[in-house]
Amino acid sequence: MKQLEYAFMAKLAIHIKEQLRKGVKKPYKTIIDVSFGDPHKAGVKPLTFARQVIAACTYPKLMNSDKLPLDAKQRAQWLLDRCPGQSVGSYTATAGIPETVHKISAFITRRDGGAPSDPKNIFITAGSQWALMNILNVLVNKQASPRTGVLTPAPGHDKAVLSIVGMGGETIPYYLTEEQGWALQVEELQRALDSAQGVCKPVALYVINPGNPAGHVQSRKSIQEVIRFVSEKRLFLLADEVYQDCVQGENTEFVSYKRVLNEMGPPFSETVELASFHSVSKSVMGECGLRCGYVELVNVDPAVMKHIFTLFSKGSCSPVLGQIALDVMINPPQPGDPSYTLYNQETQHIRDMLIQNAKRVYEVVNSLPGLSCQPVDGGAFAFPRVFLPPKAIKKAKDLGMEPDTFYSVRLLEEAGVFVRPGCGYKQKKDTYHIRFCIMTPRDMMDELLGRLTSFHRKFMMDFA
Amino acid sequence: MSQQAVNGVQCRAKVLTLDNMNPYVKRVEYAVRGPIVQRAVQLEKELKEGIKKPFTEVIKANIGDAHAMGQKPITFLRQVLALCAYPELLEDNKFPEDAKKRAQRILDACGGHSIGAYSASQGIECIRQDVSRYIEKRDGGIPSNPDNIYLSTGASDAIVTMLKLMVCGEGRDRTGVMISIPQYPLYSAALAELGAVQISYYLDEDKCWSLDVKELRRALNEARQHCNPRVLCIINPGNPTGQVQSRQCIEDVIRFAKEEHLFLMADEVYQDNVYAEGCKFHSFKKVLFEMGPEYSSTVEMASFHSTSKCYMGECGFRGGYMEVINMDPEVKAQLTKLVSVRLCPPVPGQALLDLVVNPPQPDEPSYTTFVKERTAVLAALAEKARLTEQVFNTVPGITCNPVQGAMYTFPRITLPQKAIDKAKEEGKVPDMFYCMKLLEEEGICLVPGSGFGQKEGTFHFRMTILPPTEKLKVVLQKIREFHIRFTQEFS
Repeated sequence: MKQLEYAFMAKLAIHIKEQLRKGVKKPYKTIIDVSFGDPHKAGVKPLTFARQVIAACTYPKLMNSDKLPLDAKQRAQWLLDRCPGQSVGSYTATAGIPETVHKISAFITRRDGGAPSDPKNIFITAGSQWALMNILNVLVNKQASPRTGVLTPAPGHDKAVLSIVGMGGETIPYYLTEEQGWALQVEELQRALDSAQGVCKPVALYVINPGNPAGHVQSRKSIQEVIRFVSEKRLFLLADEVYQDCVQGENTEFVSYKRVLNEMGPPFSETVELASFHSVSKSVMGECGLRCGYVELVNVDPAVMKHIFTLFSKGSCSPVLGQIALDVMINPPQPGDPSYTLYNQETQHIRDMLIQNAKRVYEVVNSLPGLSCQPVDGGAFAFPRVFLPPKAIKKAKDLGMEPDTFYSVRLLEEAGVFVRPGCGYKQKKDTYHIRFCIMTPRDMMDELLGRLTSFHRKFMMDFA
Repeated sequence: MSQQAVNGVQCRAKVLTLDNMNPYVKRVEYAVRGPIVQRAVQLEKELKEGIKKPFTEVIKANIGDAHAMGQKPITFLRQVLALCAYPELLEDNKFPEDAKKRAQRILDACGGHSIGAYSASQGIECIRQDVSRYIEKRDGGIPSNPDNIYLSTGASDAIVTMLKLMVCGEGRDRTGVMISIPQYPLYSAALAELGAVQISYYLDEDKCWSLDVKELRRALNEARQHCNPRVLCIINPGNPTGQVQSRQCIEDVIRFAKEEHLFLMADEVYQDNVYAEGCKFHSFKKVLFEMGPEYSSTVEMASFHSTSKCYMGECGFRGGYMEVINMDPEVKAQLTKLVSVRLCPPVPGQALLDLVVNPPQPDEPSYTTFVKERTAVLAALAEKARLTEQVFNTVPGITCNPVQGAMYTFPRITLPQKAIDKAKEEGKVPDMFYCMKLLEEEGICLVPGSGFGQKEGTFHFRMTILPPTEKLKVVLQKIREFHIRFTQEFS
């Protein structure tokens, strides 16, 4: 149902773009499309070093070019030497270029304060969603009665939900607490688990940290509580951490589930079964179109691992250019390298952009009566709440639309801002939200907030 | 499973175990990357560590990966892709104008002019349009609608998506899918994972692996008793067998599909790889439409293509597409929804596909080199196909059908009874036993025929014809010697 609503809005956006192209007069010249978490589409530039390495790997004659810095050429050569036939057109090993897999394990250990990471448990995958779908495929027992259940966050993006349902499983939503910055409360996990009694058999808990669409970043304490919960209730833990690079909040720190698990020591560190996901799509790289990520599996039964490997193997391997981007992401230029200054500049610029955008969104949205926004401490989206007047809700229902879809459609038509309605993310009943990407150039965000402000004021007046 | 004590320490049972995991996943096998390949990788490691072996390198003739075996990428393709990856190179005069033009066009179709942006989940629109035009040109003008084109992550992604879409029902109503024996094990793996019923139809080894409709009928009628047959899959040119179906055969299959109300899935990824004289690739779509409206407006079909094979061999880019014909609009809406869950196919693969369907034209600067390179690749493959068949047929105990197309040979091997018994002792399937021994003694990695399916009591292996000609000669010689030795050892 939600899919259809997005499809309908996407069509509308295309229609409006066409009208603008033909010169039809509108209060705006272009559509600001923030409906997807797609930084490049929004105008954020790719990282130069990554693209230089990819270009040199693709067309090795560039190794002789003076247009590329030495470290880019060296990295490209290093990678090509590890591709069969020295070509990015060859398949790689199922789990990815082995040396890159080793680097990922080193990256994880560095990130996690020394927590050991076994390369044998790491698979490079064609995007984090692909990996998640395959792990869910192992977890969701189609023949089981009652059906397999997976606890999923509400609000939470819908891809995992669609996969679980498509596989014959059930989703058990647990609600994040909006008034507390979208915090995850263990009592709510318990309530959700209790609600599954007699309905389905819960086998796993899916968390998104930093969140999507909610922009919360879990504290260490919160993560410990979740780990204790899954340990006690015997649930497999799926930790979607693709936004770990996007942390905007002051005094906010991303700490990985793996790290906390390791710090908690036995029995947890040796028994809790965990899959952690990361991706090149949502880091400051923003390389969504290259389709590459990885999953680290912890404490998984070795016999089951064999089957996971076979399942991954029938997809052959991840796109190789994506693997190259991943190699750069987890092992960027270091101080002293020719490309370090520029790389650092570019990534810092994007991080500053995110911090500023998050601040601006929080300030502007909260200044508007009828809108409120929790701090966007992390992630790539803002998820403000819209307090729709009864007249607007009624109008929406008359039109056969969800109220926040109605608001979003109006926002698109009248202000040329393309956001996603909150109904696509499983929000609490009778609450309404919109989601928009904040990984955009600063001027685009300013423009967006300007248009949103004018539109919202008018909307609230019209439906007073 | 209750807690077990191990060395006096209480051991907690796992949450996810063989007992409670998805049972369908346990049935999935994929021989092309299976146990023999894992052993080959292990041997490579040992060689690197300096451990002495009867061979100095492991030759991986198990996987259809041309570049891994030394085939060179096509220059033009890589130039455009490099320009797309790092558009600053558009200022570099070392790149030809036609490459720059195509790169610019592709970038203009990408969000933010970057191949790092998501594309529409069905694929970049102008590329789908180019694919349509390519199909129209290939098929003598028969119209192709870009709306019916779905770009995918290699052909495999599209094949699995279609199967997902069509597999349903319970018990006797469970969807049955017809696939050849032997087959490319992606099909059997996908069917196992989906819990679909695999309906095997046997290709005729004695008639050059041709397909007989009588055999299709036999398989179908038998299957009707325990499942609901809905799909017929055919790989043409074939994998592992390499047979190129005759036009008559394709017509017969289409007629059969219409009579029996089956959805046709035509896997045509090797369509440029046709070597044997008298053999020609006929696309299912073209034949369908040439059979007239009675067929062309009713038979439901999907054709698949990829950038991994043919003359490109760009497996690592994961590019491909499918064209759906006569699909019910409501089902198509479901298909569109289904592909959106995986977001979009890799954009570099989409860009590559665009170049494959839109190659340099005679009046463009890159044309001459492009044609030269493409011709050389295909000619080398044709020569290797011929050489392979020739050499294998000189070996007593090996019979090899002509490699009419694709990239593989699937010779039949006669194994002495003693070898079959020894294999059983070791808990191995006989052709796996044979291939493992070959790997350990000669460092040559092939895939046993059991990984693809074969008639009961027959044994085969699949070898790629991809190693460079000189190396291939050595490989063929080594296998020849091995086979003779093996036969003697177990006589």
